[in-house]
Order: sequence, then structure tokens, then C-alpha cells
Amino acid sequence: MSQKHIILRTAPHVKKPQDVPLIMRNVVYALLPIVAFAVYQFGISVLALVIVTTLACLGTERFFNWMGNKPSSLSDWSSTITGILLALTLPPGFPLWMAAVAGIAGIAIGKAVFGGIGYNVFNPALVGRAFVQAAFPVAITTWTPAFFTGRFSEFVPSSLTLPFMMPPETAEWVEQVAVDGFTGATPLALQKFQHITTDPFALYTGTVAGSAGETSALLILVCGMYLVVRKMMNWQIPAWLFVGVIVTSGVLYLINPDKNPDPLFMLFSGGLMLGAMFMASDMVGSPLTPRGVMVYGLLIGSLTVIIRVYGSLSEGIMYAILLGNAATPLIDAWTQPRLFGAKPKGKSA
Amino acid sequence: MSLIKQDDRITVDTFLEGIWRENPVFVMMLGMCPVLAVTNSAINALAMGLATTFVLITSSLLVSLFRNLIPSEVRIATYIVIIATFVTIVDYIIQALSQDVYNALGAFIQLIVVNCIILGRAEACASRNKPVKSMVNAAGMGLGFTLALLCLGVVREILGSGSLFGLPLFGEQFQPWVVMVLPPGGFLVLGGWLLFFEWLKTRKQQSLAAEGVTHG
Repeated sequence: MSQKHIILRTAPHVKKPQDVPLIMRNVVYALLPIVAFAVYQFGISVLALVIVTTLACLGTERFFNWMGNKPSSLSDWSSTITGILLALTLPPGFPLWMAAVAGIAGIAIGKAVFGGIGYNVFNPALVGRAFVQAAFPVAITTWTPAFFTGRFSEFVPSSLTLPFMMPPETAEWVEQVAVDGFTGATPLALQKFQHITTDPFALYTGTVAGSAGETSALLILVCGMYLVVRKMMNWQIPAWLFVGVIVTSGVLYLINPDKNPDPLFMLFSGGLMLGAMFMASDMVGSPLTPRGVMVYGLLIGSLTVIIRVYGSLSEGIMYAILLGNAATPLIDAWTQPRLFGAKPKGKSA
Repeated sequence: MSLIKQDDRITVDTFLEGIWRENPVFVMMLGMCPVLAVTNSAINALAMGLATTFVLITSSLLVSLFRNLIPSEVRIATYIVIIATFVTIVDYIIQALSQDVYNALGAFIQLIVVNCIILGRAEACASRNKPVKSMVNAAGMGLGFTLALLCLGVVREILGSGSLFGLPLFGEQFQPWVVMVLPPGGFLVLGGWLLFFEWLKTRKQQSLAAEGVTHG
């Protein structure tokens, strides 16, 4: 006869077998449509870019495992995510050897030196991008057109640059393949330096120039929602980030509508959507408490707008997120919840 | 002054100490300011290293000669005056030899005065040992410092400008890594070398431990 037991356990109660590799694998699933769209949009150059950065990240992770005599941590999928995210933030025609450098730098400086997954203060993909932004400032701001003919049979000429060599001039090639009057500038750069506002519909659907995976705001939003629905992402982080962007750019727009773009444009242009959905929401680099998340999201959102409007670069989400990551320990310390039953400070007497 | 009986013998280790076991940059982490600031090219690194070595050896000699005359209350001030004398000499020498290098190193030549490696050697070695031993030790330290600066300078120049000692290595088409000649490059390369040496050391210890197990 079988005995029935009442199992008594203390909190926390784990209802679902949800661990790091499972969540990370789902993030990869959520990123795949974005990758597919980027490949459809920019051709095999982006496919090669994704493969190169992912391999560079995995290789570096394995190398540091070997150096530190630790078991292989490749199977937790986190380096794969770093690789894919990194590729999505790079220009489509970015030389592949530089992309590999970005992947190696991202994992080595952004993750391995802090002790691997769970200890990385900054988002590794953004560290990698920041490194190549500092190392190769010209290559990372050279954009190539989307939907050019023959994108599935030929690489963008700058992609296949020999290692350590300068990428060739793409201006002539762009003129040959560009569909109509491609200017080689992202909507943000156009707005900032030439005061040309791009049609918002083009921003939602991604028929504009930009980094490989940041052009279709709508698709990124949908893919992010998948993670939110599966409760694998804290939706409050992107939500507060959007609030920060809308409020800050709204105020600036009201002050000077001729010069400053409207909030909707801010929200859907550049890498903001990708950054908000997949990078700011990185579990390691973001605060724990709801109040902390609010401060963190608002901080990144407003910093992004401030850098975009007043900085020398046209895009600001990368540095905004890195600064947000840096502020996270401080925010966490500020927003510690009061223990149940404990008296608020200063009122104890 | 010396309460502890010092060992007067000069061994190979007196010289080698500064190069490996107590390398001023990679082990003791002293004199970080010139290490990070002037290593953006190999030639600057070499000039800085040699200038510091010169000051190290000569000031060690003088401090060691006068070690029984210097009252301990004002010893730091005295050491600084001695060091500053030689820094002034080296400052003029570099200016006479190459105006380019002098401009590239800038204030960091004068700042050798406050380089803690030199003051550290004066305090820890020269003030307690006989002149020859102090000089041998200082030469080792200076060589260790120069080698460390070269380690950084070579990597930063190859990646940052595609050349070595001013000679281009990769031809016209080389893509320079701008970040490497900027200050962050100094920190990154220093960190990379520290990681590498620490890893070498750990590996050596592990293999020694493993040998001890098999033989013991």
C-alpha cells in the first residue's frame, strides 16, 4: 500500500523547472526571427557576421574556461546570446575580422575577467561593441543599404577585408547597388546632422539603414513580448525605459520642435528597441527591486535621449545602458525594500 | 642605522630579483603612471625605461654612499634631492639627443622624481646595503621596469599604429586600432599582461605541486 505524504517546504517555491540554460535558450529563440529578418534585409554579409561573432564569443569563453581550469560553460547558451546580440548591433558591412575582435573583447573584458556568467557587471555584447567603437570609429559608422539587389549572392565589399587591413571604400559600390538615393546615414544621423526626418512607418518595418538587427522596431517588440509572456524577462525594465525616453524627448520636443525630434521618432529609431528589449533587461546587469528597476529604466531612457540630442554621436543607447549597468549596484543599495516589521529609519525612536 | 645584519654577498638573485620575482610593474605594481602614460609606442617606452634605469642606478649609488651620513629624520627629503639631481641630468640628456622623444614623454621625465620605484629602492635597498650591491639591484630593477614598459609599448604600437620602433610592419592598408594608443589601451594591455603572468605563475605552481605528489 502506498503511503500519501504531505510535503512541507519553506519558500521560495519553485513551480517550474526553469534554469539558466532554459531561459538563455529561449532568448536565442526570441532572437532568431530578428536574425532571419536581418539576413533577409541585408543578405549573406549579416549571416556571416552573426556566425563570426558567435564563434568568436564561444571560442573566447572556452579559452577562458581552459585558462581558469573550469568546466566548459558553453552549454548555458549565454555566450551564444552575446554573439548574436553583438552581430545585431554592428553595421551590416562591418569587416568580419573586426567583428571577431568585438566578440573576443566582449567576452574577455566584459565577462571573463569578472568571473563569467552571473558576475558580469556590464552587458558583454555592448562591451564588445564599445571596444570596436573606440578602436575602429570609421568602420562602425559606415552603413550600407538594405534590400540591395544581389544581397544573397555577394558580400558587402567591406565584409571580407583581410585581417588587420583597412576596409575598402564602399561609397562607389553603394551608388551602384542602392535602390534609390541611399545616403549612407541612419535615420538618427539624418535627423541630427541634416534635419531630415524619416517616415515613421519605415522605422517600424525596418526599411531603413542602420545596424544589422536594429532596423525593424516592430519585430523586435514582438520578439521581446515572447520572452515577457513566458515570464523570462522583466517587462518593467523596457517599460520604464520607454517612459524615460518619452518624457525626456517630449520635454525637449516641446522646448524646440524644430531641432529636436518627437518622442515617437526617438522611440522607434536606432538601436533603442533592441537595447531596451534584449540588453537593458540583462538579468545580471539590472537592479532587483521594482523601485530599482524604475530608477534604472528611467535613467537609461533619459540618458539615451540626452546623448542623442547633445552628444557628438547620433546614437546613445549603448553608452546609456553601460552607464545604467554601472549604476546598478548603487541603485540596488538605495532601493533595498524595508524588512517586514522593521521600522523605517529615523522613526525608530 | 642597520639594526638587522645585512647579507653583503652579491648573488645572481640580487640582479634577477627586479626582473622577475619582484618586477616593479607586473608584481609590485609600482610606478603605474609612466607605465600607462608613455607606452603608446615602443620607442617612448624604451626611452622612459632607460631614463628611469639611469636615475635608479645613480641615485642608488649616491644614497648608498651617504647612507651613514643621512639623518633618518630627513632621509626622504634627502633622497628626493639626490633623485631630482639625476632626473635633471637625464632630462637634459634626452632633450639633447632627441627633441621628438622629449616632446612625446613630456612631463613624465620630470615626474621620474616622484616615481615610487626609485624612492622604494633608496629606502629598501640602497640605504641598507653597500654601493656595489645597491647598484646591481637597482640595475636589475631598472631592467625589469624597462622590459615591462617594452612589453606594453610593443603591443600598443603594433596594434595601435601597425609599426615597431617607428618601422611600419603591415604596409599602407593597415587598420590602426585607435583605442590602443589612447589611455584605455594602456589599461587593457597592462591587464592582459598581468593576467598572462599570473596564469604562468599559477601553472608553474600547479605543475610543481603535481610533481611533489608523484615524487613524494
